[in-house]
Amino acid sequence: RTVEPLEYYRRFLKENCRPDGRELGEFRTTTVNIGKCSITTADGSALVKLGNTTVICGVKAELAAPAVDSANKGYIVPNVELPSLCAERFRSGPPGEEAQAASQFIADVIENSQMIVKEDLCIANGKLAWVLYCDIICLDYDGNLLDASVFALLAALKNVQLPLVTINEETGLSEVNLKQKNPLIIRKHPVATSFAIFDDTLLIVDPTAEEEDLATGTVTIVTDEDGKLCSVHKPGGSPLTGAKLQDCITRAITRHKEVKKLIDKVIKSITPE
Amino acid sequence: PSVCPGDTSVLAGLYGPAEAKISKELPDRAALEVLLRPKVGLPGVLERSREQLLRQTCEAVVLGVLHPRTAISLVLQVLSDAGSLLSCCLNAACMALLDAGLPLAALFCGVTCALQPDGTILLDPTARQEQDARAVLTFAIASSDRKVLMATTKGSCSVEEMQQCLAVSQRAADTIFQFYRDSVRRRYSK
Repeated sequence: RTVEPLEYYRRFLKENCRPDGRELGEFRTTTVNIGKCSITTADGSALVKLGNTTVICGVKAELAAPAVDSANKGYIVPNVELPSLCAERFRSGPPGEEAQAASQFIADVIENSQMIVKEDLCIANGKLAWVLYCDIICLDYDGNLLDASVFALLAALKNVQLPLVTINEETGLSEVNLKQKNPLIIRKHPVATSFAIFDDTLLIVDPTAEEEDLATGTVTIVTDEDGKLCSVHKPGGSPLTGAKLQDCITRAITRHKEVKKLIDKVIKSITPE
Repeated sequence: PSVCPGDTSVLAGLYGPAEAKISKELPDRAALEVLLRPKVGLPGVLERSREQLLRQTCEAVVLGVLHPRTAISLVLQVLSDAGSLLSCCLNAACMALLDAGLPLAALFCGVTCALQPDGTILLDPTARQEQDARAVLTFAIASSDRKVLMATTKGSCSVEEMQQCLAVSQRAADTIFQFYRDSVRRRYSK
C-alpha cells in the first residue's frame, strides 16, 4: 500500500469497490453538530464530520456601514483556513493556495446560489448593515474539503440568530436588542458533491485524502433544492465527456436530497431549546 | 505571446523546464507553477483560485514525466480586461506552451459563454454582458476529442442550459484551434 499505492488502488477499483469497503458511489457517514455545543461565543456555529474529515464553521455578526455604491447591501466574508494541525502537507504561515482557492470557492457558492441575499442584511439604508464573518476551519483533513465546508457553512448559517437592531431617530445611534432575536433568512440550500477521476475513466464519489492524491482530477458540483446548478468546479485534471459530467450532476442532485433531510432533522432536534 | 480577443489582453511568459528549488521539486515529474498578475493591485484570493484552475489544466496536458525534477513557470500579466478574462488566460497559456515547445498531450482552448436572463447563449461576452447575465460559464476544451478539461460557473443555471452551453463551446473551440494553427504557421513560415 505504501510502495505501490496506485497499483493497490487499481486492484480494488477493478472489483468496483474501495479499500475502506465503500462502493464507488457511496459517501462516508456524515455527522453534524449544530449550535451551542460547538462554539459558544459565536452567533452561529456547526461542526461537520464527513468520515474523518472534520470541519468547523463559526459565524460572527458585526455592524458596519455599507459601501457607498451598494448602500442597501450587507457583507458576507467567508474565510477557509487549513491550519497545520489538520494534515502534514500544510505548513503554518500565510494561507496557501489551497486555502485561498477554497475561500474563493465558498464566496462564489454564496454569491451564485443567492443563499443569503445581501439586501436582507441591511438595517438602515446607507447607514448600518450586518457583516457576517464566516470562519471555516478544518480540524482534520481526510479529503473532500469543499463538500464538508459548504455543509458546515449552511448548517452554521441556519443556526445564526441576529438580534434586532433599531436606529434611534433622535440620537441617530443604533440600539441592539439582545433579547429579541430573529433567525437569518436563508433562501436557498446549496449542497456540494465532489468526485475524483481515476485514469481518465473511473469516477468515485467523496474521495479520501489518499484517493485525492492518486486521482488524476476532481470535479465538484453544487446544486440547490430546485435542481439548478450553482457551481460546476472542475479545476483541470483529466478530460471528461459531457455525458460523464451529466452523470455526476444526477448523482449530485440525489446527494442533495439526503443532505437536506439530515440538516432538517438536526435543526428540528435542537429548536425546542 | 499576447492574446487579445476584443479588448481583453493577456501577456504570457513561460520559463522552463528549468532547475527547481529542492523544496519544490517532484521526483517523477515537472513542477508547474502559474502566477497571475492583475492589471491593478496585488494578487488576491481571486487570482489564487484562477492560478489553481490554470495550473491543474496545464498539468493535465503537459507531459511532465519527460522532465522530472524541473520547474516550469508560467507568468500571466493582465494588460486589459473587457470580459472573458479567464478564457483569455487559458488561450494565452496554451499558446505560451506551444511557443516554448514543451511536450503536450493535447492542446486546449478557453471558451466563455454567458447565459442571458431570457435564455439566449452569448459567446465571449464583454464585461457589460457578463454583469447582466444570469450565469457565466467558462470551459477549457481539449483538442484531441473535445472533452472538458476545466469547467467553472458563476451564477446558477439549470442542467439543460449547462449542457447547451457546453455543446456551443465545443463547436466554438474549433474556431480557436484554427486560429492557433494560423498563428503558429505565420510564426514559422519565414
